[in-house]
Amino acid sequence: MHEDVGSVAVDGARVDAPSHASESRPSALGADELVRMYRAMVLTRTFDAKAVALQRTGRSGTFASSLGQEAVAVGIGSAMGADDLLVPSFREQGAQFMRGVEPAELFSFWGGDERGSDFAAQRRDFPIGIPIGTHVAHAVGAALAMQLRGEPRVAVCVFGDGATSRGDVYESMNYAGIRRLPVVFVVNNNQWAISVPRARQSAAATLAQKATACGFDGVQVDGNDVLAVRSVVGDAIERARRGGGPMLVEALTYRLADHTTADDASRYRPDDEVSAQWRNDPVARLRGRLVHAGVWGRDREEQLLAECAAVIEAAVEEYEARRPESAAAIFDSLYAVLPVAYAAQRAELIQRGETDG
Amino acid sequence: MGEQLTLVEAVRTALARAMNDDDNVVVLGEDVGALGGVFRATDGLAAAHGTDRVLDMPISESMFVGLAVGLSTEGFRPVVEYQFMGFLYPALEQLACHASRMRTRTRGRLTCPLVIRAPYGGGVHAPEHHSESFEAAIAHIPGLRVVIPSSPAKAYGLLLAAIRDPDPVVFLEPKRLYRAAHEEVVDDGVALPLDRCFTLRSGADLTMVTWGACTVEALAAADHLAGDGISAEVIDVATIKPLDMTTILESVRRTGRCVIVHEAPRSGGVGAEIAASLADDGLTSLLAPVTRVTGYDAVPPLYRLEHHYFPTTERVVDAAHRVLEYA
Ligand SMILES: Cc1ncc(C[n+]2csc(CCOP(=O)(O)OP(=O)(O)O)c2C)c(N)n1
Ligand SMILES: [Mg+2]
Repeated sequence: MHEDVGSVAVDGARVDAPSHASESRPSALGADELVRMYRAMVLTRTFDAKAVALQRTGRSGTFASSLGQEAVAVGIGSAMGADDLLVPSFREQGAQFMRGVEPAELFSFWGGDERGSDFAAQRRDFPIGIPIGTHVAHAVGAALAMQLRGEPRVAVCVFGDGATSRGDVYESMNYAGIRRLPVVFVVNNNQWAISVPRARQSAAATLAQKATACGFDGVQVDGNDVLAVRSVVGDAIERARRGGGPMLVEALTYRLADHTTADDASRYRPDDEVSAQWRNDPVARLRGRLVHAGVWGRDREEQLLAECAAVIEAAVEEYEARRPESAAAIFDSLYAVLPVAYAAQRAELIQRGETDG
Repeated sequence: MGEQLTLVEAVRTALARAMNDDDNVVVLGEDVGALGGVFRATDGLAAAHGTDRVLDMPISESMFVGLAVGLSTEGFRPVVEYQFMGFLYPALEQLACHASRMRTRTRGRLTCPLVIRAPYGGGVHAPEHHSESFEAAIAHIPGLRVVIPSSPAKAYGLLLAAIRDPDPVVFLEPKRLYRAAHEEVVDDGVALPLDRCFTLRSGADLTMVTWGACTVEALAAADHLAGDGISAEVIDVATIKPLDMTTILESVRRTGRCVIVHEAPRSGGVGAEIAASLADDGLTSLLAPVTRVTGYDAVPPLYRLEHHYFPTTERVVDAAHRVLEYA
């Protein structure tokens, strides 16, 4: 149970609203750590805004913003150990940045370049997962590897409220329960799966209770409270590390942006629902705490915004300055060694690539 | 009097017509209701017919094709939308194990008159897994039909035919063409024939055989070749399973040369099946080897490298010149 940090255990029958108790509880974290988390959230928001702008101006492809959900990703990122494994969906940039993924890399990924998934400083984590729910089994497989080798590592898998409707998500959690694997499942419940609201995705009172059928605990946490997310996910990770088995954490948050840059949410959800949700803005919430704690003020805020803007601008420059790969790259990482059967196709690509410059 | 429609508008018009004509037609899939589908192919259908006939699905790609099997054995005519072909893989189990063989298993007692619609192919700067063309994998399943329109009018007529067909049809919509061009479509409820090729352009010197979005490059190549005094026939296969080899063979018997164009990877593609059939039944008419211009045997690249991957007009023209070199 984690009532003290803003979550409630869900036993399938009884469901409470997640508490917001972390607001009133003096934080055990030092000011430096709070500022580090705040910086990660602001950096994520700056990155998202820039990525949307790049798409709008034809400098990138479709992009999925995490606006309003930064506390989920940053809470996870700050709770994980460096040797743990992140198996993300596509709104976890906040966690990825904390784990060493570079903004320029994610700009590249969304900009249609596979090198954006070849993280220079983060060699182990999975790339962004696009086919909904299909990556959950990967986290369970990696957790099995950790268990078989007796490594003190934990896999953390993030997926959306919509993903919980997929059979493979249940199948994966079921197996994790059977072997009590070191894996933490985090549902980023942002209330929407494109146009389908949470209530029409599942008749279950909570998504956390889906853990019950798999034989482990599920808890809800206020996903707009980064300290609560960090605490609940952190406890789940440490429990899993000690052999306590998997856990499902449902982080309750809200998708403030369109589903992606290809979406127009005004077609299916009322604007006033969105504006009301801005009151729960997780970034403003942590800023309020910092101010309240006396470690933050206008100067530091302005400094931070300028710093994040500069980091993201530099990342855009790096992304845009990167020379495109040659056509042969289509074949160069297809197999460890390209079978001779495809040598002619590769040669044709090179020859054509040269003629059309 | 017809209207100038895009391909996606033609799909929507056919769906609306089918729903008006037959109360048993229901539409289901992710975001098909209030949103009108991610490409707006179902826009307005929920408003017109309600949420009992236009059903938003949870994210459960395997389940909802199975759901369509059950609906169809009970006499409904479900039309299932997949958002992208790349998310259709979980449906293969239900298609291969059930939809395609329910008739056979029950000797006709239960049947599955359902349609699976999915946008396919690349060219729209979409993210990873959004540019797939694995029509050959589906066409390999006995008992299915696989239909691919190449224009708004074809989309309208072929989709109506697919919905009225008594057997399961996988209907693949080349999304690169969704909004690429307008064409006059008469909403008269008249279907086009399935299991038949369409000859888009007549010619005497060689036959180009293609389908879907690649008809654009094939026609452009034919134009280009015409400038050099070469007359190319262009055949739009349209139904890739079952294949109308009669039309293709008839053409190749006249021209003696054949270039097959498809976006999907080369090995084991539908082009290979056509080439094998030409070897079986048309060998003595061939004046040159049958040539394929296809996607490469590689993972479809993200969009920065996509232009290298596609069969371009230039590649088709080159292939045509190659087959014409044989005297
Ligand atoms: C298997 C699969 N089906 C459909 C899609 C298209 N799609 C992309 S995101 C999305 C909704 C996902 O909702 P949710 O799991 O709640 O995550 P969110 O986008 O809200 O973060 C859908 C249907 C997909 N990517 N993968
Ligand atoms: Mg969601």
